Parts: sequence; structure tokens; C-alpha cells
Amino acid sequence: MDTSIWRPILYLIGIMVFAGLNAAYLGWCERKGAGRIQRRTGPMEAGYEGLLQPLADGIKLLTKQLLVPSGADGILFRVAPVLAMIPAITSLVVIPFSENIQARAMELSVLLLFAIASIAMMAVLLGGWASGNKYSVISAARAVSQNLAYEIPMLLTVICIVMISGSMNLRDIAMDQQGGFWHWNIFRLDNFHFLYMWVAFIIFFICSIAETNRAPFDMAEAESELVAGFMTEYSSMGFGLFMMGEYLNIVVGACLTTTLFLGGWDCPFGMFPGVWWFIIKIYILIFTFIWIRWTYPRTQIYKLLNLSWKILIPFSLVNVLLTAFFIKVF
Amino acid sequence: MSGYWNDILVGSKSLVTGLMITAREFFKPVVTEQYPYDVPEMTPLFRGHVELIANEETGAPNCIVCMACQRACPSDCITLAGEKKEGEKKKSLTQYQLDFTKCSLCGSCVEACNFNALQFSKEYNLCSFNKDDFIIDLVKRLEDQN
Amino acid sequence: MTLPVHLRHDETFVLNLGPQHPATHGVLRVKLTMDGEYIVKAEPVLGYIHRMHEKLAEAGTYPQFMPNTARMDYLHALAFNHGYALAVEKAAGIEVPERAEYIRVITVELNRIASHLLWWAAFLLDLGGFTPLLYAFDDREQIIDLLERVTGSRLTYCYMRFGGVYNDIDDEFITGTRDFITRLRSRMPRMYHDLVTHNIILIKRIKDIGFISEEQCRRYGATGPVARGSGINYDVRKNEPYSVYQEFDFDVPVYSECDSMARYMVRMDEIEQSLRIIEQALDKLPDGPVMAKKVPKILKPGLGYHYSAVETARGSLGHMLVCNGDKNPYKLKLRSPTFSNLSLYGEVAEGMLLADALAFMGSLDLVIPEIDR
Repeated sequence: MDTSIWRPILYLIGIMVFAGLNAAYLGWCERKGAGRIQRRTGPMEAGYEGLLQPLADGIKLLTKQLLVPSGADGILFRVAPVLAMIPAITSLVVIPFSENIQARAMELSVLLLFAIASIAMMAVLLGGWASGNKYSVISAARAVSQNLAYEIPMLLTVICIVMISGSMNLRDIAMDQQGGFWHWNIFRLDNFHFLYMWVAFIIFFICSIAETNRAPFDMAEAESELVAGFMTEYSSMGFGLFMMGEYLNIVVGACLTTTLFLGGWDCPFGMFPGVWWFIIKIYILIFTFIWIRWTYPRTQIYKLLNLSWKILIPFSLVNVLLTAFFIKVF
Repeated sequence: MSGYWNDILVGSKSLVTGLMITAREFFKPVVTEQYPYDVPEMTPLFRGHVELIANEETGAPNCIVCMACQRACPSDCITLAGEKKEGEKKKSLTQYQLDFTKCSLCGSCVEACNFNALQFSKEYNLCSFNKDDFIIDLVKRLEDQN
Repeated sequence: MTLPVHLRHDETFVLNLGPQHPATHGVLRVKLTMDGEYIVKAEPVLGYIHRMHEKLAEAGTYPQFMPNTARMDYLHALAFNHGYALAVEKAAGIEVPERAEYIRVITVELNRIASHLLWWAAFLLDLGGFTPLLYAFDDREQIIDLLERVTGSRLTYCYMRFGGVYNDIDDEFITGTRDFITRLRSRMPRMYHDLVTHNIILIKRIKDIGFISEEQCRRYGATGPVARGSGINYDVRKNEPYSVYQEFDFDVPVYSECDSMARYMVRMDEIEQSLRIIEQALDKLPDGPVMAKKVPKILKPGLGYHYSAVETARGSLGHMLVCNGDKNPYKLKLRSPTFSNLSLYGEVAEGMLLADALAFMGSLDLVIPEIDR
């Protein structure tokens, strides 16, 4: 049988299942994690330890009416939640889960990922603007300035990685880091990159929190200021899609961090490489996302921009220079 | 410039400290009470809605219809009536209606009672869709208890 | 505060914050005229929870108003109980036994800590931090359990009586309170200060935000932690001691930075001072009755004006009682602290960012039912 037909279909199903399960169960993980941090139990009623809670939530959201407020732009209002989901699912196409599990190994996959990631912010902008709600408009404006400020340091740190690996293909970048944690980009011992790449990792991680609109950088939905920001007017699955999109963005962010900095599917001790290491790493990162969200208070929009323009961008620029210097000299 | 570096260093340290604290809490046991599964014990002084105290021998209410509780109530939620039966010295209670929708559980009625006829119940599972459920006939309640 | 020059006033819009908004605790409504994210004008609108408590006082007898006092400031209900009891005792000339005075101080101070803990939790919630809320509630629950043991209710207490208190405290309460003091003291540095006070995000959010000058405080009559955060050393417990406060050794925390951080620090320090007062009161607790003898069932204080001032968690609370020899008050007027503290808001919030204005509102510690009464 010709495998060229089955391959895309299998990957499509695989990615949809992976995306769907993550979008549903990260909500559960978040609530359980928050519960444990706050010394409560979290969801307990639906199924064992609340495991059926995502299902119950989904059914509840599906049965609700999808309201379009009368001042809203009907088409954009309906398009925005879909726009929140599509880029996240599309991004998963180029993620190398292991040496052989990757839907498309594109030469410029890093570039593609960041191009798609920018669309996710469009969802927030359109959703907020089309709602015709003052809170939503403020939220949309915040989201854009935040996105603008944080794409720059993020891309600058990625440039370091691209320079080290000499490739824009995520699979090549991961292959370049095989053979134990001392080969990973975060503490790479074969050159002097370990001196500064951990800074790049922290910058990249902070930026991915900001890009995914997570606390403490959740300026766009800041519920104590803007009610629910761009989601204020959304009901039913419109709201549900935004939530799922948020979680999928976290998954993509964690996948990207793992591939770029933590050696992808590589085992820390150089043995048994495989997809399980990739999964373990992304869930540790996702847990860190949740952990951070439930620890800190929210920043304020100008403080957030200050952090990016005054700290992250200078640091990442210095990082790029150092990387170039060490690659050239050694 | 020193403030800039200070902010970064001290700030990062404070953020890591915060993460460590929540991480430690993560592994500590749950402190909340799982309400329907483990029911809290009410303290002896807990103020539920009031109820009548029955005479230990006869089982009839101790109340002699002096109306002190009705007068003491700030919200006018107590209505009581009594009649003097033949052959008895005191008046006996025929009706004691508590309008719990207005009651603020202040306990003025219990304090006003000089005849040990009123006490607080320990009921706290009070909720209903029907307003009439909270117009409580305390005489009937006492009879049901007996 | 003057607006930045680049702000054009012709492109403003009105943002209706409240009466149902996650940041305006209770039912406060603030009409904000905004220019982008900057506030051009802020106008608090009150009256959404007005229940005519002052008028209700005239309708009933003196003891019948006692439960209502707790419904005004439900976070520091015992101080309102105390203030009203003091006013009526002054009017009727009732002596309170010493043990009852000590019990009053202990319970009021416990309640003050509970109020500050809840403020802390809600303030952090305004700033977007959820977890501190649950940690503070864990501690607050201990206080509520203790107070439930002696008062019989958990939030809207009706514990004070004219001439004493409703119920004596027992040994279990005393040991429980001592345990609580050790518990809170041991948790304070880590769960409160390390997690939140020293957190760079919080410091950046509330330091130098919401500047209230000393002059503004005096002009608007702000009291309590708001005034003490602006360098005014005024605490009714120290300046005009009532009850037995003059017998305790405690400090009045005063910060002169005038910003939200100063108000935050005042409240955090006050928790420690309250713990000190409770500790001393438990040590000195005398024996004796908790109710004065010979308190008439029906009070009929003679013609006169009587004023009592107490320090609640939010500031100085005054009860102005006018008696005319009848069995119900002729007039009761309250001077509630939050009303004055909120009056500042419009002037100070001008030119602020929306996020800062909400952080500033949180730092005022508003309890709306107390403003509206």
C-alpha cells in the first residue's frame, strides 16, 4: 500500500487527538494543580478525582446559547475563537516529537512556527475589537502592544539557537543536541555557550509565558480589571475555544522550548532517547506554567513593557553578540 | 544603574522564593473541609433558628406566652398565641410561628426569655426554593420531635 | 495630579466600573472617564446597598439595634458592636466589669486581624494573585472558629451587650487563641512576607502608586491605615483610649511614604500589634462577671447627646447618639471610616492607569455596606 496517503491522515488524526486531549485535560491539570498549591482538592465530583470534569464542562458549554451582542461585528466575532485554535493546532505539524514522529519536517519550520504564532494574537485582537465592549477593546489594545514587545526578545534568543545549530529546521536543531544533557542548548559544554545560553532559556521562557497570555502577564484577560478582557462577551463554545486555544498555545510553547533548549526527545543521560522524554519534558514545563500562574500577582501593562524593552531585549541582544563571538572565535 | 541590576537580582531572588513556597505547599495535605462528606460539628453556642424547649415531664412547651420574645425581636419575626386552659395556672402555647426569612439570628428572643422556653437549634442546612418553608411552626416542630 | 501632556481630552469615553465588577468589592460603582487606559475623572457612585440602618435605630429599642451594627461593617463587626455599646453605656451610665472589658478587647482585636487578613487576600486578588487568598483564609478560618465558640456566629456577630458581653470565654478559647498567635507569628514571615511583600511584581505594582498627601488625608477626614500610611500618627486606641486599651503596650505603625505600599505595610504591622495586645490581655485577664449587675431591661437614657469613637480596622468610627428619655434612640448618626476614605478616590485616581487605579482602590480597604449603611 502506498504510505504517502496514510501518513498525512494518520498524523492529522494523531495531532487532533493530542491537541484535543491536551486542551481538555490541561484545564483539569490546572485546576488540580491550583487546588494543591492552595491546599484544596480541586475538582472531585465528576468521576474519580474529577477526571470527567472536562467532559462535563464541554457538555455544559455546548448546551449554552452562543450570544452575539448587538453592537458586535458578527463575522469577526465568530471568526475570532476559531482563529485562536487554528494556529495552535497548525503549529503542532512541524514539532518533532521524536526522531521519527513529525508530521512535516520543513526546512524553515522555526520561521513557520513564529509566523503562525503571530496569528494567535490576531484572535485576541479581533475577538476584543469585534465584541464592541469597552473592556474588550482595552484588552485587545493591551494584547497587541504586549505581543509586539515580546516577539522581539523571543526571536532574538531563537537567532542564537539557529546560529549554534546552523539550521532553521526544528528536527535538525533537536538532532544537534543528542547525546546527554551536556549537549542541550541550555548548558552546552562543547563550546562556551553554557555561559550565557541559560539566560537565553529564561528569556525565551518568560516570553513564551507572555506570548501565551498567562499570568503573571495575562494583561489581556486581567479579570480584576477588565472583567474577562477579550472574552467578556463570549459565551458557550466561543469561550470554550478561547480557553482551549490558550492551553494549546501553552503546549506549543512547551514543545518549542523543549526542542530548542532541552534537547527534544533526548534523554538527559544519553540513553533510551524517544518520544517519552519529549512528553516528560513538555509536561514539566507545562507544570511550571501552572506553578508560576498560581504563585505571582499580575504585572501592570507598562511594567510589563518595561521588562521587555529594558531588560529582556538588551539581554537577548548581548546574547546574540556573545553567541556570534564564541562561534566565530572557537 | 545600580537600581537596575538590583531590581534584576533581588527581583529574581524574590520570584524564586515565591515559587519555593508554593512548591512546598503543593505537597502539604489539604486543609479544606469536604462539606457533604465530612460534616462540621457545631459549637455549643451555635445560633441556628430558635426552637421551643419541652418540659421534661410533660413534653409540653415551657412557654407561658409572656410575649417577651416577640417584643425583643428586632425584626418582628415571631408571632405567638396562647390560651388559658381550664384547671391550669399558666397560659399554654397554641401557636408559635417563626418567620425565618426575616430573622437575623441575633438571639434577642432567647435572652429575653425568663422561663427557659427557647433555645437555638443546631440546624444549618437551611435552603429551599420555597419561601413558605421558612415560616416555621415551632409548636409543630416540637411535637414532631417528641 | 496633572495629566500627561499628550493626553487629549476630546477623545475620552466613560467606563462604568461596577456596581457588579470583580474589582469593586461589594456594590461600589465608579464612573470613570477614560482616555485610553488613563483615567481623566473618577466619580464613585454610592447608594446601591443603602438599608437605612440609622433610621432603623430610631424605630426599635436600644438593644434591638445591636444586631444591625454587625451588618454595616461585616468584616470588623465586633468593633461596630463595641462602638454602639460604648455609646449606649455612656448614655445610660452603665459600668462594665473589668473582665468583660478585657474580653471585648481580645475579641475585637481577633476580629481586626481577621479583617486585615481578608483585606490582604482581597487586595492580592485585585492584583491578580489567587493563591495568597487561600493562605490568608486558612488563617482567618482559625479566628472565625475561635470567635464562633464564644459568640455563636461566624461573621455578623452580636456579641456585646450594654454592660458586658453575651458570653464568657472558656479555657479552650484561651488556649486556642494562644495557639493561633504562635501559628500566625510562625506563618507571617514566610507565607505573607516572603511570598508577597518582598515579591518584585507586587512592589513594582504598588510602590509609588496612589499617593495620598497628609494634607489630603486631613481635608477628607481619612483615618485608620489610610491616614497612618500618609504619616499621620492617629489611632483612637492610643489618642483617646477607650475600654482598657490604655493598659496595653502596643505601637501604632506609621509610614510616611503615602503610597499603596505604605498602607499595605501599616496593615501588616497592625496584625502584629493586635497579636501583642491579645497576648497581653490574655495574660492580664481578671476574674469576675462578664455582665454588669442591675442593667435595666428597658433602657430609657435621659435627654442628651453622646458620642463614642472606636478604632475599626478601617479607621475611626463614631457613634453619635441622641437620647430623649424614650425607650428608643431619638437619633443615631454614624461616622463611618470608609466613607471618608473613599471620598479621596476621585481626586487621587485622576491621571492614573486603570490597573493602578484598581490597585489603589484595593489599598483603601473599602467595605461598601459600611459606607451606605
